[in-house]
Amino acid sequence: MMVIISSEAFEPWTVLDEYQQNMTQLQGQYGATAVFVGTMRDFNEGEDVTEMFLEHYPGMTEKHLENICDQAKGEYQLLETLVVHRVGMIKPNDPIVLVAVWAEHRKQAFEACREIMEDLKSKAPFWKKEQLDDGQDRWVDKNTKGY
Amino acid sequence: MSVQVKFFASMRDIMGDDREIDSETLARQSIKTINDVWDSCANGKERPSNVLVAINMDYVDAQTIVKDGDEVAFFPPVTGG
Repeated sequence: MMVIISSEAFEPWTVLDEYQQNMTQLQGQYGATAVFVGTMRDFNEGEDVTEMFLEHYPGMTEKHLENICDQAKGEYQLLETLVVHRVGMIKPNDPIVLVAVWAEHRKQAFEACREIMEDLKSKAPFWKKEQLDDGQDRWVDKNTKGY
Repeated sequence: MSVQVKFFASMRDIMGDDREIDSETLARQSIKTINDVWDSCANGKERPSNVLVAINMDYVDAQTIVKDGDEVAFFPPVTGG
């Protein structure tokens, strides 16, 4: 299990590939990998967004992400989990979050990936401040209904 | 010993910088719960109804008792991902 809070831009597919390459002890055991990548949009709530600041609570964020992954690992018999989340200034099209899980079967993998992502959005202390096209900025005060 | 108080995101804009409540102030103001910590820091500002609170990085409610040495954090609903 790994949780990474990154103040640097990351390329999710490279991170994923490298992580899986290093899972040598699990080769042959997993039959399903589910991956979610969240990317910054250039609009929100009807406004053009030019950049965004992602704040977190150092220590608490990692603690809760680890708890979320631990819980999912137990509930869905996951073999491995990886969560990477950006903080700091980001631009549209930058990856924000990567969630990947490895399990024996697809049902466990799909459901666990979804649950980790939903728990992250409701429990992990991150906050977004958007810079708008008109020069104003604003804190995002709630998650958009994404599904 | 003291209680460290942290504010994040829009709560920092409202409340200002992080602060420390020393043990003398804890005793003098009879600070026992999260509600009391807020009142001690807020200068009369009302606590937003949606504010979230953590003690030592675990979510708690406003009636939770604080202890000397605790780290208390106030922040708005989280919006990661």
